[in-house]
Formats: sequence, structure tokens, C-alpha cells
Amino acid sequence: MPVRSVKIFSGFERFWHWTQMTIIFLLLFTGLRIHGVHELIGFDQAVELHTWGAIALMLLWVFAIFWHLTTGAWRHYLPTVNGLWPVMRYYAWDIFKGKPHPYRKHFWRKHNPLQAMTYAALKLMLFPAIWISGLAYLFYNYWQGGISNPWLYWVANIHVLSAYAILSFVIIHVYMLTTGDSFRHHLMPMISGYDEVQLTDAELAYLEQDEPNRLK
Amino acid sequence: MAEEAPEPIPTGGVELGISEYTDIGNRGKVDNPVTKLDKDKQRKFTTDHTKLKELQGPFSSGPEVTRACLGCHNTAGHQFIRNKHWTWSYTHPVTGQKLGKRILINNFCTNARGNEGMCAQCHAGYNMKDSNYDFTNEENIDCLVCHESTGTYYKTPPTRGNKACSVMFEGKKPIDWVKVAQNVRLPARSNCGTCHFYGGGGDNVKHGDLSSVLFHPPRDVDVHMSEEGENFACIICHVGEGHEWAGSRYNMIARDEKEHARPKPGLERETATCESCHGDKPHPLNVKGLKLNDHVDRVACESCHIPAFARGGVATKVDWDWTTAGRTRNGEGYKEEGYQQGNGEWRHTYKSIKGSFKYAENVVPVYRWFDGVMRYTTIETHFDPSKPVNINSFSGDPGDPNSRIWPFKRMHTKQPYDKGNNTLVYMHLWGDDDAAFWGNYDFAKAIKVGMEKNGIPYSGEYGFVDTYSWWPINHMVAPKENALACDECHAKQGRLAEVKGFYMPGRDAPRWLDMLGLLMVVGSLGGVAGHSLLRILLAGRRKD
Repeated sequence: MPVRSVKIFSGFERFWHWTQMTIIFLLLFTGLRIHGVHELIGFDQAVELHTWGAIALMLLWVFAIFWHLTTGAWRHYLPTVNGLWPVMRYYAWDIFKGKPHPYRKHFWRKHNPLQAMTYAALKLMLFPAIWISGLAYLFYNYWQGGISNPWLYWVANIHVLSAYAILSFVIIHVYMLTTGDSFRHHLMPMISGYDEVQLTDAELAYLEQDEPNRLK
Repeated sequence: MAEEAPEPIPTGGVELGISEYTDIGNRGKVDNPVTKLDKDKQRKFTTDHTKLKELQGPFSSGPEVTRACLGCHNTAGHQFIRNKHWTWSYTHPVTGQKLGKRILINNFCTNARGNEGMCAQCHAGYNMKDSNYDFTNEENIDCLVCHESTGTYYKTPPTRGNKACSVMFEGKKPIDWVKVAQNVRLPARSNCGTCHFYGGGGDNVKHGDLSSVLFHPPRDVDVHMSEEGENFACIICHVGEGHEWAGSRYNMIARDEKEHARPKPGLERETATCESCHGDKPHPLNVKGLKLNDHVDRVACESCHIPAFARGGVATKVDWDWTTAGRTRNGEGYKEEGYQQGNGEWRHTYKSIKGSFKYAENVVPVYRWFDGVMRYTTIETHFDPSKPVNINSFSGDPGDPNSRIWPFKRMHTKQPYDKGNNTLVYMHLWGDDDAAFWGNYDFAKAIKVGMEKNGIPYSGEYGFVDTYSWWPINHMVAPKENALACDECHAKQGRLAEVKGFYMPGRDAPRWLDMLGLLMVVGSLGGVAGHSLLRILLAGRRKD
């Protein structure tokens, strides 16, 4: 199968990724301030930025969900065990022996099975957890019916715990860029959009015929 | 006398004798009860009192003026004799407790009862010399103290007390009764403030948020009352008609109901609450304002908008120790100045007639859940003297929709009590006899006579008990730019550290949450570090 440099991350996808990254950092910074971890800005500033950040991210998500559904890009995240084992084995063992990464990107499968599963979990579990708890936290006055309601405690704790989990994801996510070929090699596709992808003959023919601008 | 005076103390000075309330009243220009909102109310009046033949005099006393007032205002007297300022008595509509100055004991000068000869200097009536006062005699109503506008009217204690007190009556210009009678209008700050800014024995002593600074406050001290702000007279908030007006400490509206919060045009505004003007969604409709509005149901406006009390250079008393009262120098009572307040004036930290005091300025309030209902320790209450006694106490709960978090001044005092019966005592402070504490300095006699006079059982033995009184803070509202920053409360050790029973962001996250979070983050970092270290080490080995 031919390996070609194909634009696998569209303009919107890259915009979505980097905007989301920026907002998540903003939310982490302001959220940790509200939580009392640091005092680099005022509480009121932190709350205001955190709220605006959340509104912006929600808006971005509305577009992203729409984009995923309409383009069919959501299928990239379908979990599979096919090829999962070699990837896990690679990170736990083969990487130390200097072996190459076992996964080759496909046109309709741009994430390796472990990666896809992680992203799916992030999008389907962690993000909803922080969204739902965050919205409940923001609008507590509309549901709790009395300040002594014990639920607010759990809403707040779930929200903060999800944030810590997302921070952990960010750490590992960035570290993963250093595995395999090189940091730059992993980073560039999300900037330029192009990556080396194994194409079937049919895919190559389709791209050459209908979307030649996606081939380098 | 001067050469016999004891050596001066290093800070401030020592004065002999007694002079209370000789230096009270408006010091600046007399204000009118106007606001920036409706300019000069005076111009709308339909009567020029200077032209009334009834007010041409001659008058030689207050009751004569009152008779003239009531001659035209022929229902004013019936109205006023029901007012607390006249009755000094109040039956609490919720608790049924009988309250008011006629009954209560506070932890400042303690009891007005039995000491009316002095304390009734601030009774809105004439000749209240003792506890047997004719509360039906409308001619004894003091119309002038509230309505007079020249600033030349004054009151002295109804009786002369002990000879040590004579200084209080010296050097007073006689009142020009015709002039004061002709110059009347709605009460201004200079009227209300003459008594209310001096409660408890001097400027700002009692409330902490009511001081002589409010006669002409700078904008940062009181945004409503300042001439640079809204220039409100007291009656702009303490609204009322028929000689009854809003705003009682005994029974407060801790959270204003919807019908009071910004009434529709034409509806009467009948409460002194912030909400009655500002509504219950007072902050602007933006992200920050909406979040602030979320607080209104649980946090009193005052909690954020009065960042500290006793601002503007006049201190308040926060601690009073009666045990040291009664010391004399050369057989005479004396006073020591030991605290210089923000405006440069010295305050007395010791008085033979009262004991030792501590002052404070720019005081951060104590915050508590408060439902508006004050309950009092009265002369009838038996208490456990091993614990501090709350002169007044209140309920409040985060689960109670009518409670909110309120700021308070907490006053601490060590004051006399009946050691045998474990009750407070009425002291006989004022009088020209040999038992009045002010002049004789003998607690045993003063308490015995004070209790006897009022027919209260007394064991014959007195001690001193720690007491607290709680003063809700409502005045000295700061401009909005000086309102509390969020992290004054939303912090681990913030202003609300003691106020429990609800979850507050920034304060209440459990330790396990951060431990778990730390475990996750440090675990990820550690895992990443270990993984990369292994990669580097093993890559090195491969090269070898």
C-alpha cells in the first residue's frame, strides 16, 4: 500500500484542537485559582475568565460535534481491539528496545487503537463529566433549592477531580509526542495538517481524482 | 487643683470629673433632609412657619413650644406617643419579649432604667426624670429635637445628678425658643445624629457604623450619605409616615421579601432595606453581575458593601471592663486619654465612672447567619456565669430561606451581675444621693439601690461576668469600587471561615480531593519521567 503525505487534519480540526488547547489551559489556570491552588490573579477575575472560557469552549464544542457528525470524522474514535495489543506492548516494552511504532496511520483511521480509545474516553466520559458538573456548579442557584443542599459538594468535587484528570491527560498527551519518531514529527501534522498515511489504492485514486489538494 | 493633679500619663492626658455628652451634635454646617435625587424638599413646603402667629412666642420652655405645634398638628401627638422614641418600650412581634430602653440592659453603660435623669437626655420628650413618667402627656413631647433646623437647639440631662457632673451643664447658651420653634422641617442628619451617633456614651461608641463622621461623610465612608454621593438624610432610607418609620434592630428584615424589593411606582416603600431601592437583582446583567446576583438570596448586601465599620477617623468601643471602674485620684473621679483615633482626637481609655475601654477603627465585622429576630437577655433571664453571656442573640441557618449572612459588631464587656441569682443587674448610676455610682464609685451600693428601686430581687452579692452584644452593621455603605473582593471570603482562611453549614468554592474543598488530584498529576508526571528515563538509559545501552 502506498504511503503518502496526506492532509488528514482539516483547517477546522486544527483550529478546534488549538483553540480547545488554549481554552483548556485558561480554564485550568483560572480553575485552580478558584480552587485555591494559586493566587496569581484575583478570585473575581478568575471566575469571570473561567465562565467566559467555559462559554467559548461550549460554543466550540457545538461546532466540533456538528463537524464530527456531518463529516463522519467521529468514526476515527470507534474503539477496536484490532492492533491494540502491539501498541500497548510497544509503549510498555518495545519502545525501550528502540523498535519502531507498530501502527501506521490509515486514511480512515488516523489514530492508533490505544489513542482512539483514550480520546473516546476523554470525549465521552471526562469532558461530559466536567461539562455537566461545571454547568451544575455555575447554575447552582437554579436547582439546589437551599444553600445547604449536600449535592453542591459533590458537584464541586466531581468538577475538580475531572479537571485533575484532564491535566493528567494533557501531561501524558504531550509526552506521547516524544515517542516514536520525534516530537516535531508528531506535532507538525496538527499545524500543517499533513501526515504520512497508508492509503489503499482506491483511497489514493479517490484523492487524486477528487481531492488532489489533500495530497502533497 | 491643677498642682495636685497626678503625673500626666505619656499618651493623651488625664482630666478630672465627669463630662459625658457635652460635646455632641453636628460639628459642620446643618444639613437639610434632601437628596441629590429630588433636590431641595424645603421648597415644596406649603407652610412658612416663621409667619405663623402661633409661633411668635414668647416661649420659655420646650413644652410651651410643643403646645403650639400640637395646636395645628393636632394628630401628631397621638401618633408620636406610640413611637419607640417616646415609649422606650417595644414588644417584639415574633418573640413577645418586652424590650426597649425602659427595660433592657446593654453592655455599655448597662441600664437606662432608673438612670433616666441622665439617659433621658436622648429621650424625645421633656422631663423624664425617673422611671415614673407620664407617657400620656403629649405636651412633654420634644418636637424640636427631631424637627429643629438651626442647630442651636440642644438637650441636657433632665436632672443634674451628682455635683461631679455639674460640668455637663456649664457654658450652654440659652435656647432662643421662638427662633427654634419657627425653624422646623423634616428631620435631617443633624437631628437624628445628635443622639444616634453618640449611643453608648460617646461618638460611635455603640454601633460602630453610626458616628459623627456621618454628619458630613466623605464618599468612601458612606456613598449614600456623602454630599459627594447621594447626600441622603437618614429619613430617605428610614421611610415612614405618621411618626412611625422603618428600620428596627429588634426585628429586622434579614432578607427582604419580593414585595418590598423595588416596589412598583405608586406603591409605598415601607422598609429601610437595601432591596427596597435596589431590588433583589442589583448587579448589572453581565457574567460577573449575574454571579453576584446569585449571592443576594444568601448574603446580606451589607456583608460585601460595608467592608469595615468605624471608618472615617472615629473609633468605636469594642471592649469595656467595668471591673476597673471606681478608681479615684485625690478622692475624685478622673478620665485618661489613651487612644488617638484616625481624625487625631484622643479617646478615653479609662473613666472612673465606667472602667477601661478598648477602641478599634476600620473593623472587620464578624459574620453570622441571621434571620432578623433578636432575642435579649433581660433582667429576668438566669444564665450560667461561667460562660460569656450574649446580651442579645439570634438564630439563622443556611437552610432557612429568610436567613442571610450578616456582618456584626461584637462588643465584649465585663460587667456586674447578681452572683446569687445569676442575672444581670440594674445599677443606680445617676443621682445626687450617696449611692449613685457616678460620684460615689461604690458598686455594692449602686447595685443594691438600682435593684431595689426597680423591685428586682437581689442576692446582695455582685460579681463580674463576660458579655457579648451583637450589632448588625448597616451603615457606612462604601462605593461599589470598594466592595469586598471575592477572595475575602472565597479563601481557606477568609472572612467566612467560621460560618459553616454550606459549601463555598475556594474554602470547602476536602483534603482528599487534592490528595487524589495530586496523586493523578504527580503520578502522570512520575510515570512520564520514569518512562523517558528508561528510554534514555536503554537507548544509551543499545549504542554501547
